[in-house]
Amino acid sequence: MSRYETVLRSRTREVVIGGSGPFCVIGERINPTGRKLFAEELRSGDLSRVGADAVTQVAAGADMLDVNAGIPLVDEPQLLQAMLRAAQDAVEAPICIDSSVVEALEAGLSVYEGKALVNSVTAEDDRLELILPLVARHGAAVVGLANDETGIPATAHERLRHVRKIVAAAADFGIGPEDVVIDPLAMTVGADTEAVTVTLETISLIASELGVNMCLGASNVSFGLPQRHALNAAFLPMAMAAGLTSAIMSTAEVCVQAVRAADLLLGHDPWGASWIAAHRARVAAEQTAAQQAPAAAP
Amino acid sequence: MTDEEILQLLYEQTLVGNAPAVTGGVNDGLEQGIPPERMLYDALIPSLEEVGARFERGDYFVPEMLIAARAMQGALDILRPLLAETGNTGVGTFLMGTVKGDVHDIGKNLCNIMLEGAGFTVIDLGVNVAPERFIEQIEAHEPDVVGFSAFLTTTMPMFKANINALEKAGLRDRVIVMVGGAPVTQEYADAVGADGYSADASSAVKKAKELIELRRSRVPA
Ligand code: B12
Repeated sequence: MSRYETVLRSRTREVVIGGSGPFCVIGERINPTGRKLFAEELRSGDLSRVGADAVTQVAAGADMLDVNAGIPLVDEPQLLQAMLRAAQDAVEAPICIDSSVVEALEAGLSVYEGKALVNSVTAEDDRLELILPLVARHGAAVVGLANDETGIPATAHERLRHVRKIVAAAADFGIGPEDVVIDPLAMTVGADTEAVTVTLETISLIASELGVNMCLGASNVSFGLPQRHALNAAFLPMAMAAGLTSAIMSTAEVCVQAVRAADLLLGHDPWGASWIAAHRARVAAEQTAAQQAPAAAP
Repeated sequence: MTDEEILQLLYEQTLVGNAPAVTGGVNDGLEQGIPPERMLYDALIPSLEEVGARFERGDYFVPEMLIAARAMQGALDILRPLLAETGNTGVGTFLMGTVKGDVHDIGKNLCNIMLEGAGFTVIDLGVNVAPERFIEQIEAHEPDVVGFSAFLTTTMPMFKANINALEKAGLRDRVIVMVGGAPVTQEYADAVGADGYSADASSAVKKAKELIELRRSRVPA
C-alpha cells in the first residue's frame, strides 16, 4: 500500500493510483516503437489506429493509456498532439504523455484536457530543470526514472539515491510527493539473470523508504524471450506484492487477470467485489454471444 | 580427436553457448597444430553466423545469442594474439562504441567479433560513450572507421551530435563514419550524414572493407 494517492483526470473521468485502491493498468499499445505498420501510418498522417487501439485497450481493462509518438525524423511535438487529440476523442481514460523530447511534452500538455501523467523525467539536473516547471505549470503529475546520465544503476540502493533526488527536486518546484510516480526500472531477464531481482528489491526499498507511487514498463522483463505474456503475468503480481502501484503494460487477458487477481489477494479489492463483478460481466457476455449464435456448436 | 572433430565441436558448442567447451576445444586444437585462422573461419564464425540467422528467423532468443557471443569472445581472447602473429591483420582499424545514454552492447559486440575475425584491429570504447571521448580516442588511434551503435530512438540523435563534434574537431574528413543498431535505417544514416550503415554484423564487415577501399583508391597514399 502506498502512502499517497496520485489523482489523474481526463475530460470526464478520474483515476487514482495508489492509496488502498486497486492497481492502475496503463495500456502500452499506442506506441510506434517496434510497430512498423503503425509507424508508417502515423508518418503518413493516418491516425485511425490510435482511436481503435484506445478503445480496444480500455475494453480489455486499461484504466489509463500511454501515448508515445517516438518515430525517428518526424515532428514529434506535432504528431504527439494529433495522437492525444485522437485518443481523447475515442475514450474517457486519462492519459500518460510519453516522450523524452521536452518540446513534445510541452506540446502534448497544451492539448490535454484534464490532469495528465507526464512520462518522464530522470535524475539528470538539466532534465529536472526543464521538465519539472512544465509539469508544475500544467498541474500534472510526473513519472521519475531512477537513472541519470551515467546509466541505470545496478543496485536498489543506488536507484533509491536517484529517487530521493527527483522527489526533492519536484518539491522545489511545488510538486508534492503525491504527484511523483517513480519508475524503478524493469529490464529484461533475457539479458541479465538478476535483472528482475534488482527491480523487485528497488520496489520494496522505495515503498518502505518513501512510500511514493510507482509505475514501470512491465513488458520489458520479457523482451527477447518466448511466451512473453506468461512471463509478464508472473512478474506483475510479484511486483505488486513488493509495492508497485501501476504499470505501463500489455492488456492481454492473462496480464490483466493476473493484476486483478493480485489486487484481490493483496487486499486492494475488498470482498472481491470487482473480481466478482468482472466474472458476472464475462458470463453475461458469453450468454449474449451464445443467444446470438444459437446454431453454433453446443 | 581429429582436426575435423575439433572444428565440429567448436561449431556446435559455440552454437549452444558452452564457453568452457569452446575454450577447451580451442586449446586442444592449438595443441595439435590446427591453424588459428582455420578454427576461426571454418568453425567459430560460421557458428555465430548461424546464431544470427536463427535469431532473425525467431528460432533463437536473446539469452541464447548472449551466451553464444560470450563463448566466441572467450575463443577470440585466446586466438587474438596468435592471429596477430600470423599477420592476419592490416585490413584496417575500427573504433567502435555505443553512443551516450545507451547501454545496449550485444549487437555492437557481435560486430566487433566479426570485424576482428575478418582481420580488423578493433578498439572497443564500450557503452555510453560521450562525443568528447570519441574525439579523444579518434585522435589517439587514428582509425580508418569509427562505428556508432544506438538501440533507442532517444539516443539515435547522438549520431548527429557525434558527427558535429567530429566536424568541430576537424576530424570529419579523416575517418569513415558507420552507424548501426536495431532502430537505425539507411534513411536515417543518410539524414545524419554517416558514410555507411548496415543491418547486421556480416554486412558491417563487407561495408567497412568496401568504404576503406573506396577511400584508399581516392586518397593518394
Ligand atoms: C537486450 C536488450 C536490452 C538489455 C541490453 C543488454 C546489453 N548488454 O546490451 C537491457 C536490459 C540493458 C536493455 C535496457 C533498455 N532497453 Co532494451 N532491448 C534489448 C533487446 C531485447 C535486444 C537488443 C539486442 O541486443 N538485440 C540483439 C542484437 C544482435 O541486435 P541487432 O540489432 O540484430 O544487432 C545487429 C545490428 O543492429 C548491427 N549493429 C549494431 N550496432 C552496430 C553498429 C554499427 C556501426 C554497425 C555498422 C552495425 C551495428 O549489427 C548487429 C549484429 O548483427 C531489444 C529488443 C529488440 N528486439 O531489439 C530491446 C530494446 C532495444 N530496448 C528498448 C528499451 C526501451 C530499453 C530501456 C529504455 C528499457 C527501460 N525501461 O529501462 C533500457 C534502456 C537502457 C539504456 N539506457 O540503453 C527498446 C527500444 C525502443 C526504442 N526504439 O527506443 C527495445 C527495441 C525494446 C522494445 N521493443 O521496446 N535492453
